[in-house]
Amino acid sequence: MSAPYAKLPAWADYGLIPLINLAVAFLVAGLVVMLVGENPFRAAAILVEGALGRGQNIAYTLYYATSFIFTGLAVAVAFHCSLFNIGGEGQAYVGGLGVAVVCLAFDSILPWWLVFPLAIVGAALFGAAWAFIPAYFQAKRGSHIVITTIMFNFIAASLMVYLLVNVLKPAGAQAPQTRNFLEGGQLPKLNWVLEAMGFSIRSAPFNLSFLLALLAAFLVWVLIWRTRLGYEIRMRGFSPKAARYAGVSETKIIIITMLISGALAGMMALNPVMGDQNRLQIDFVTGAGFVGIAVALMGRSHPAGIVPAAILFGMLYQGGAELAFEMPNISRDMIVIIQGLVILFAGALEHMFRPSIQALFASLSPRSAGIEAQQGEGG
Amino acid sequence: MAETAIELKGISKSFGAVHANRNIDLKIEAGTIHGVIGENGAGKSTLMSILYGFYQADRGRIHVGGKKAAINTPSDAIALGIGMVHQHFMLVQNFSVLENVILGAEGEALLNTSIARARSELERLERDYGLEVDPDSIIEDLPVGLQQRVEILKALYRGADILILDEPTGVLTPAEADHLFRILEQLKEEGKTIILITHKLREIMAITDNVSVMRQGTMVATRRTAETSVEELAELMVGRRVLLQVEKGEAKPGEVLLSVRNLTVKDSRGVTMVDNVSLDVRAGEIVGIAGVAGNGQSQLLDAITGVRRAVSGTVTLGGEPVDLTGAADPADLRARGMAHVPEDRHHVGLVLPFEENENAMLGYHRQAKYLNGPFLNIEAIRADAREKIEKYDIRPPDCRLKTANFSGGNQQKIVLAREMEQDPKVLIVGQPTRGVDVGAIEFIHKRLIDMRDQGKAVLLVSVELDEIRSLSDRILVMFAGRVVGERGPEASEGELGLLMAGVEEKEAAE
Ligand SMILES: Nc1ncnc2c1ncn2[C@@H]1O[C@H](COP(=O)(O)OP(=O)(O)OP(=O)(O)O)[C@@H](O)[C@H]1O
Ligand SMILES: [Mg+2]
Repeated sequence: MSAPYAKLPAWADYGLIPLINLAVAFLVAGLVVMLVGENPFRAAAILVEGALGRGQNIAYTLYYATSFIFTGLAVAVAFHCSLFNIGGEGQAYVGGLGVAVVCLAFDSILPWWLVFPLAIVGAALFGAAWAFIPAYFQAKRGSHIVITTIMFNFIAASLMVYLLVNVLKPAGAQAPQTRNFLEGGQLPKLNWVLEAMGFSIRSAPFNLSFLLALLAAFLVWVLIWRTRLGYEIRMRGFSPKAARYAGVSETKIIIITMLISGALAGMMALNPVMGDQNRLQIDFVTGAGFVGIAVALMGRSHPAGIVPAAILFGMLYQGGAELAFEMPNISRDMIVIIQGLVILFAGALEHMFRPSIQALFASLSPRSAGIEAQQGEGG
Repeated sequence: MAETAIELKGISKSFGAVHANRNIDLKIEAGTIHGVIGENGAGKSTLMSILYGFYQADRGRIHVGGKKAAINTPSDAIALGIGMVHQHFMLVQNFSVLENVILGAEGEALLNTSIARARSELERLERDYGLEVDPDSIIEDLPVGLQQRVEILKALYRGADILILDEPTGVLTPAEADHLFRILEQLKEEGKTIILITHKLREIMAITDNVSVMRQGTMVATRRTAETSVEELAELMVGRRVLLQVEKGEAKPGEVLLSVRNLTVKDSRGVTMVDNVSLDVRAGEIVGIAGVAGNGQSQLLDAITGVRRAVSGTVTLGGEPVDLTGAADPADLRARGMAHVPEDRHHVGLVLPFEENENAMLGYHRQAKYLNGPFLNIEAIRADAREKIEKYDIRPPDCRLKTANFSGGNQQKIVLAREMEQDPKVLIVGQPTRGVDVGAIEFIHKRLIDMRDQGKAVLLVSVELDEIRSLSDRILVMFAGRVVGERGPEASEGELGLLMAGVEEKEAAE
């Protein structure tokens, strides 16, 4: 049976509660900042300024957000099938290999707008392939996907180091990375969009894959709520027994869902590899796979929530970097703490303030205080 | 005039456009058993949830023991001595009985001392009320009847003087129900007040002192049980005369449409649940499977419909036999013309978080009429759902409402509508009227007879012997996984009862 929570109006549910959660997260983060002897208000100002203050910063924020949209969508799709894909990190890493293979093969013969679709396919294929193995073990053997995807993150990391050092590195080069892609392997930047809006930008990695991310968000919405496959994914996510009754093969639906999830995670690689660094280098994912979990949680596994959540985390990444630079007492790790607090309050403790807000609403207008299902055990 | 334990005055409650309760007045005398009846969705559970603090009323007052009470949460209700046993139990499956009883009422920080105290208190309660359960057994190992006892113990442990039971007998076998009623009688003698919600008018007549009838959110009447009759109550509930007897003509059985051969099913622990069962159902007949719950009927249904894997056996629906041991595919069986109303509508037959229209096509969602290529045809799906809502009088008539928010009986109608409207050759039905009101029972029974008369083969499993006897053209009795006898519908209740209890065929016939 569902918890006896009263129903809130939609604006409170999707607007007010996340805002309150965020505010509390920042409040606690502020205390931490005070603890290390810095002024929390100034820290907040630097953070926001660093994320949104100038065109330059906005472009960086959106660049990070692009990666988080992909990984957030990847986690969300799996969530709808009640699978917890923690392997976004590894899938994105291997997805980068797909991008690099395509770019290295075609960058000298094709223009970028022909290489781009091939690279999308490469990224998706490689990411999906990396998700396939844990999916297969889950579907056929019942090995828990949380465990196997975590392990596959480590395997991916080792594999990529091996490939970069031993296979992909041009002879004689020092760094474990591929050669730089030629023009055909470089995505156009989108900075001009911001410039057209009156911002000035020196140089920033904000690129075309941002639009691809938005398109992916829309397609995920279509997939989950408007296709037969999405219907079956949600069915199995809510009730494996009902899915069995409806003749939905558990094995098949788990594997397909994970392939889609892995493909989305893999596509994240387009953003840094083809959009920014223009070469495949070690550790380019830098935690985006894990941030995706937080983004999916905060965005309630809905694309319309994931995009803003990804932008918020983009702000934290970009603003956090500025903050660490400006305030010597605040290290990079502190930023991670702040991000962790946001995840804690917006994700894990999402319902903490709900009862009191509901009581408040109930006392203000008793009619709006409906309630979640009382019959059955749905929740 | 006895003391008043609870008085509700002008209680109203809406969920959006649905007025679940309108201006309800109700007086419950202390030390009595008070029945509350009404159609599915009449608002019984809502009213009780208000009394128990799960919902807040939009308007109205509650008096407990003569004093005005503010009940905002279940803990307020518990503090006032109100306890509730829900329609769906709320026990932690892998905790022991004792742990479940003290959960949320642990007392001090040190669990040891409170556990010791709880144990002696629990033992006292069990003795006083004849509610024996081993405090150390794990909930998931207990049959439902005992789980329910734990729920009652939980309420008593918290000092309940007023006990609300929401459809407590829906899940019980007749023998378990009898035992429950003896316990309730005893609680009443101890001076407790009991509110009993049920759809079974027989139970109301047998055990209650007073009975209140709800219809579409209003309280239409309260009667002294001794001064009313089943017929009057049914009419009050539905607002018209109800046929309590099934009317049906001669069966005209045709060719065999469903034929099951050598079916053997084991459970996860390897215990044989269905033992080499073969049966045939012909076009135009209803074959009922009688038996005490837990004798393999559920597994039989699950295996025939491909939901559960069998150890051996085949099913034939005209044409090729389908092997049930491998990955028998429910979708394939459906495509061959088998419709299935599962026993467990909550976990199997419905996805409760889905909108109603999404459940109205569950299992049939591959049909072209619901799709545009790989896309869902949302318009068509909703139109189809609205049609079924209309035809089966599902309330509230809102195909976008979350399925969990429909009352129990209406959820059952959603499943029935879906399966019957597919025009199947064979209909397999488990417990079709569990938790369903008299008006709806009449409707469902009529539809089942209609299906038969249209030449469908119907296989019916029910723990309600009355239902089996009044609907079936042939009755198979299951005991310990085997079909131990076949009888015509004229067989006496006593004779079937003996077969169901495992008395040998020859003896039973004597
Ligand atoms: N959370 C909710 N949101 C919307 N409607 C609801 C909710 N809970 C109940 N309802 C509606 O309120 C009405 C009364 O429901 P309630 O569960 O009280 O019926 P009931 O008399 O207990 O029925 P049943 O005998 O089938 O259990 C129904 O129409 C139901 O659909
Ligand atoms: Mg109810």
